[in-house]
Amino acid sequence: MLATTYAIPDVLVFVSAAVMILVGAVGVIAMTNPVHSALSLILSLLGVAVAFLEQSADFLAAVEIIVYAGAIVVLFLFVIMFLGVDKSKHPHVEPLVGQRWFAGLGVAITVAGVIYLMANSHWVSGVLSASTGGTALATGAGNVTQLGDSVFTTYLLAFEATAGLLIIAVVGAVLLARRERTAEVDDVDDDVEETAADAGRFDEDVASQEVES
Amino acid sequence: MTIPVSWFLVLAAVLFGVGAFGVLTRRSALIMFMCIELMLNAVNLTFVTFARTMSDIGGQTTVFFIMVVAAAEVTVGLGIVVAVFRRRSSTSVDELSELQG
Repeated sequence: MLATTYAIPDVLVFVSAAVMILVGAVGVIAMTNPVHSALSLILSLLGVAVAFLEQSADFLAAVEIIVYAGAIVVLFLFVIMFLGVDKSKHPHVEPLVGQRWFAGLGVAITVAGVIYLMANSHWVSGVLSASTGGTALATGAGNVTQLGDSVFTTYLLAFEATAGLLIIAVVGAVLLARRERTAEVDDVDDDVEETAADAGRFDEDVASQEVES
Repeated sequence: MTIPVSWFLVLAAVLFGVGAFGVLTRRSALIMFMCIELMLNAVNLTFVTFARTMSDIGGQTTVFFIMVVAAAEVTVGLGIVVAVFRRRSSTSVDELSELQG
């Protein structure tokens, strides 16, 4: 029935993208090892990139792979390695009784409600109610041209605001991740020395910071 | 005939649900961040789908900006995770309970 209605290659591409997305997403929340979760995240993001490609968002598909799968997941992996892989000791113990059931129920209701809303509105029927931009979206180099025109004319102010946002984010990240250097701290990343150094630093800051434990 | 819009929208809704379930149930701050990325990607997919339906490039431009904001958010968020880990040697959000009443 499907084959008569839709082109088989399109359906195949969609199904493979959907399988990649969903398997990766379930893997992210099911794996106990954070590294495996990050790798599952890559799978899911590649699936999203395929879905972008199928909808003539070529530039965004490339950016998805470069920025998300390339930069963000590598940042995740870097932090996981930096902190040491700590598997959750009791991944199946629920601190709050019935939390998973309530979470599953709430998510199911939300997703069902969204799908119900979509099924009962005109959005999915292909009827355009909103005013459109007019020209159809181009693929390939034309997609980049269209997107560039849009970013650098209509959304120029937002684009410049993101420059400020990125600067602030970089400065904030450096400030957060910076380690205050004291005389007795050396660069060796030994856990014992690090703990001792941190304890010493907290003693010095006792006037301004509330020290716990 | 190309793939209908509804398939992509349902796929995005399910992806959002999986991400939300992960944020609600997992305890590690890192995994929660990854689930937030999943939810952001579900929204991105919806934006791209509507951009195709309505032949409006603005949807794709919005996804572009969402990606920039997501990159900044991950950078700052992971910085916070590292800073918290230095103080308590754990990334579990259950142990951050100072504000508990």
